[in-house]
Amino acid sequence: MLLRLLRTHLGAYRGPLLAVGGLQLVSTIASLYLPRLNADIIDNGIARGDTGYIVSTGGWMLTVTLLQIVCSVGAVWFGARTAMGFGRDLRAAVFHRVGTFSAREMNRFGAPSLITRNTNDVQQVQMLVLLSCTMLVAAPIMCIGGVVMALNEDIGLSWLMVVSVPVLVISIGLVIRRMVPLFWLVQTRIDVVNRVLREQITGIRVVRAFVREPQEVARFARANADITDVATAAGRLQALIFPIVMLVLNVSSVGVLWFGAGRIDAGQMQIGALTAFLAYLLQILMAVMMATFMAIMIPRASVCADRIGEVLDTVGSVEPPAAPVAPLRSDGELVFDAVTFSYPGAVAPVLSEISFTASPGQTTAVIGSTGAGKTTLLSLVPRLFDATGGAVLLDGVDVRQLDQEVLWSRIGLVPQRPYLFSGTVAGNLRYGRPDASDDELWAALEVAQAADFVRAMPEGLRTAVAQGGTSVSGGQRQRLAIARALVRRPEVYLFDDSFSALDLTTDARLRAALAPVTAQATVVIVAQRVSTIADADQIIVLDDGVVVGTGRHEELLTSCAAYGEIVASQLSAEGAVA
Amino acid sequence: MSTSTRGRGQAGKAPRQDADTARAARGMAAQRRGGGPPWAGVGQPAEKPSDFGPSARRLIGRLRPERAGVLTVLVLCVVSVALNVIGPRVLGHATDVIFAGVIGRQLPSGITEAEAADQARAAGNDTVLGVLESQDVVPGAGIDSRALGLVLLGVIAIYLCAAVFGYGQGHLLNGIVQRTVYRLREDAEAKLNRLPLAYFDGQQRGEVLSRVTNDIDNVSTSLQQTLSQLLTSLLTVVGVLVMMVLISPLLALIALVTVPVSLLLTRAIAKRSQPYFVAQWRHTGALNGLIEESFTGHELVRVFGRRREAGEEFRTKNDELMSAGFGAQFVSGLIMPSMMFIGNLNYVAIAVVGGLRVASGSMSLGEVQAFIQYSRQFTQPLTQAASMANVLQSGVASAERVFELLDAPEQSPDPAVPAVRAERRGRVEFDHVAFFYRPDAPLIRDLSLVAEPGQTVAIVGPTGAGKTTLVNLVMRFYEIDAGRITLDGVDIATMSRADLRSGVGMVLQDTWLFGGTIFDNIAYGNPGASREQVLEAARATYVDRFVHSLPDGYDTVIDEEASNISAGEKQLITIARAFLSDPSLLILDEATSSVDTRTELLLQHAMAALRSDRTSFVIAHRLSTIRDADLILVMQDGAIVEQGTHEDLLAVRGAYWRLYNAQFAGAPT
Repeated sequence: MLLRLLRTHLGAYRGPLLAVGGLQLVSTIASLYLPRLNADIIDNGIARGDTGYIVSTGGWMLTVTLLQIVCSVGAVWFGARTAMGFGRDLRAAVFHRVGTFSAREMNRFGAPSLITRNTNDVQQVQMLVLLSCTMLVAAPIMCIGGVVMALNEDIGLSWLMVVSVPVLVISIGLVIRRMVPLFWLVQTRIDVVNRVLREQITGIRVVRAFVREPQEVARFARANADITDVATAAGRLQALIFPIVMLVLNVSSVGVLWFGAGRIDAGQMQIGALTAFLAYLLQILMAVMMATFMAIMIPRASVCADRIGEVLDTVGSVEPPAAPVAPLRSDGELVFDAVTFSYPGAVAPVLSEISFTASPGQTTAVIGSTGAGKTTLLSLVPRLFDATGGAVLLDGVDVRQLDQEVLWSRIGLVPQRPYLFSGTVAGNLRYGRPDASDDELWAALEVAQAADFVRAMPEGLRTAVAQGGTSVSGGQRQRLAIARALVRRPEVYLFDDSFSALDLTTDARLRAALAPVTAQATVVIVAQRVSTIADADQIIVLDDGVVVGTGRHEELLTSCAAYGEIVASQLSAEGAVA
Repeated sequence: MSTSTRGRGQAGKAPRQDADTARAARGMAAQRRGGGPPWAGVGQPAEKPSDFGPSARRLIGRLRPERAGVLTVLVLCVVSVALNVIGPRVLGHATDVIFAGVIGRQLPSGITEAEAADQARAAGNDTVLGVLESQDVVPGAGIDSRALGLVLLGVIAIYLCAAVFGYGQGHLLNGIVQRTVYRLREDAEAKLNRLPLAYFDGQQRGEVLSRVTNDIDNVSTSLQQTLSQLLTSLLTVVGVLVMMVLISPLLALIALVTVPVSLLLTRAIAKRSQPYFVAQWRHTGALNGLIEESFTGHELVRVFGRRREAGEEFRTKNDELMSAGFGAQFVSGLIMPSMMFIGNLNYVAIAVVGGLRVASGSMSLGEVQAFIQYSRQFTQPLTQAASMANVLQSGVASAERVFELLDAPEQSPDPAVPAVRAERRGRVEFDHVAFFYRPDAPLIRDLSLVAEPGQTVAIVGPTGAGKTTLVNLVMRFYEIDAGRITLDGVDIATMSRADLRSGVGMVLQDTWLFGGTIFDNIAYGNPGASREQVLEAARATYVDRFVHSLPDGYDTVIDEEASNISAGEKQLITIARAFLSDPSLLILDEATSSVDTRTELLLQHAMAALRSDRTSFVIAHRLSTIRDADLILVMQDGAIVEQGTHEDLLAVRGAYWRLYNAQFAGAPT
């Protein structure tokens, strides 16, 4: 997976990568050439006592050194460009892929894990690429160059490398093999730390209200200990690598001297060559050591790459149609045709055989007990989920065959949890239509009964909103969410229990103001309060995922027992006083 | 980030001022984001001066609890480095033995060393003369393989020991680093529990998360990679230097020149790259914030057709991160080539000067060879230390962000000797309480009220009147700005927060359940409760009913988005949780807004029983739920405009009357 990721995402950087390779090549050859020149000084200069030769060769060494630095600086430039660009591309790829996920995939991975994968995991792979560009390219060049130069010096000793390099590679390989599973655990446990922490911040009021800080600290401590344990185990293996490398390196140089001595004694080798050979061996093993430094990073990076690949390979279960169908009309008629939905793995369907038509210019209300499937019903329209049976049709076309952007552009959704994004009031209102004018925003706020409090805010439309909308009250949040949907001016409005946090005065006023604005639109309202929906053109009574009644308020009062119960439950309390 | 930057200066001041600071900081954070729509790319926060030194020192200071370990590591490190340094020196002897053998072979056998020297002098062969003077040469004999073998065996033994000590050192250090990082996370967690709520209001969740996950992880990796290397490298430099001086003071001097040059160069480059590293991690935090928010509001991003815009904003931030990262890596990446350059210069100088000295006979070839190896060893650790620079700098930049979090001003500490209520009856009194985020926009103005023990106090009023704020103040989530709140006659500011809150059961508008089973979520209200008590609470709050229809019953795991459970069901679970905690003061803030009215009606009876012997505050829009309240407070714009019972208030035909009538405006008759 690591290789695949590198192949697909480094493709765009072929040029810079080639430049890195080329520059590293020159720079490495330059540094390899230095011992050769040094050997010349010993063999030709010192042996013959030729001081002039020593000085002139020294000058040549200087030139080579200069060339070397120019090339390495260039390599660093291209290397940093490539690695950081690669990281950026990978982050973008993950982010955009998650953008195509439906709620199902979001749940499968969990937001905290997706967040870790998008930042931390990419960071690890990016680091590997960076080090590769600065080191790994140089390492094989240095290694091969070193081998060539060393062979050039003396072929008779080359078998030493044939022994020492594989010994090194195999022993490091064995250590790394044991590290990979540990790093899987490290990354998963970062997910856990992220999850625990995110929950604590989200639920901070509850944690504090119930004085559960000690338990939360303990919960975090467990996650913390878990990650520390695996990281420690992985680190121990890591600590093994350098001593092994050093040992092999040093024993090899001892070998060179021992066997080299034999060859010199036999007159097969010059002593200058021995010195150079030693230097080259050192160089080769330095290269292997640099590669080792990288090798330490490979286990973690490959684990991270797997995790990233998992995201990139996941196709959203709500797939955009291959050949989108363009609807012939655009009035916003919504038809549920024998719709059935069940969550994967669940025994009983959440919705079964739901059929009704929500016509434009009409208000369709959905009412039913807690857990009856009302929210699920609404979420089938914008394809947050896809129906598992039957079809939802918008303007006569199955929503699964509509282009997604087209589908969404026609829907104004006010979710049950009116999430606001951090930013300003205006920014949130323009969420569905970035080009809306301030006047349009105010008009929407007026309808949503939110104009008064926004006007009273210190900076009006420019007032900051905290993430999730925690800086405004629940009712204000709902009204801003309603205004946000209104600004979009869609053909279909979906209100998912959007009036629950409003006091009744505001609720009534809001609905009165809403009527003219949505006169041409299809409106679907999920509600708990009978008062909110009593004047709807059509009321769907849901019970346990089944439609038990359809009709107007008056009709249902007599025809539908479940509806009667709901009404009674609200009247018995309120009517008793009236 | 501005919040925490301010915090650094503010930490340790009077508690009250801290709360104000936090609030001011929150205002600032809010203003900072106020410039435009959230996705249009937040204005770049002011460039923060990077202080590498203090942060690095502080990071090292965090190793203090591991003093003994660090000391052992140092000792092991010194031994292992010393062995590694002696190695080449001994190896140099081996070269000399070989060289002596080579020279000896060239000489006719049978003559003494002195005779050979005379012959060499006569022939003007300085090289041979030099070797003869410095080595034991047996003319005519070849290389003394016995001597060579002994020397090399010694070398192997030395390196073997070095490896063992090196591993011991790495092993210990790894433990030290991991434990230190563990404590860092622990401190961050403890800190989050001490921060005022206002801190979280002004921060993006993902930004805070990034500090504890990404930044601490980076600190861990950096310490792991650099500490051992850095230590070894520095000690090696010292050791090698000693050996060089022993061989040739002149050549050592040449090598020594490179040290200050290297240091100055590294410093100069690092100083330029540090701001980039700080920016890199700041942008990582910002990006993490954006990602977290996009993934949290995932459905909205899709349905509102915002994927492209979210993508645009992502691209901007991602690009910023890339350029900061590039700047950091490129500038600090210059350190290593520079070091190599200096190293190579040094190499050239030694090769030339050393060559000249051997030629002039003042040094043996073996010595030059050993020296060259040393000079490589001398510059190599410098280069290695330098190559660590980017990792180290990056780690320190991250550490700085973690410290920022740890330094953020905390909520006022609990009093040293917290006041304890003489009796727990649940009498709550607000005495001229005022509270504001900003002085010009008070949320609560001069509010006074009394809730007698056992009373049910209902708070009604238009949205945004300050009802939830009132509850937040009772819980001391925020500190009041004037007046005082007492519980059973004791000022809550003088009580410990735990004591105050442990007697209060709260059900909030925003349901919060953690990823775990339904059972565990209910048991959260009282971890000491038995299974039977939990089930009883579940039955009383109608959780039991829907739990039975779930395949896994109480063991159903509530997932991330809790899509397997409806919003109303979630509210029921939170009510069960409060029920189980058996508080003396109960706060219900729109506790049943998502519950269907039939269930709510049933719940009412259960709640009535729950409320019977304790004081409760109820915020509800469905006036039916509060009709029986002992006291109804009507709030408007942060003040109480009316109070009394349902009947009293209807009789005055004021604000409550209007609210009440409005309720039936659209209601069925």
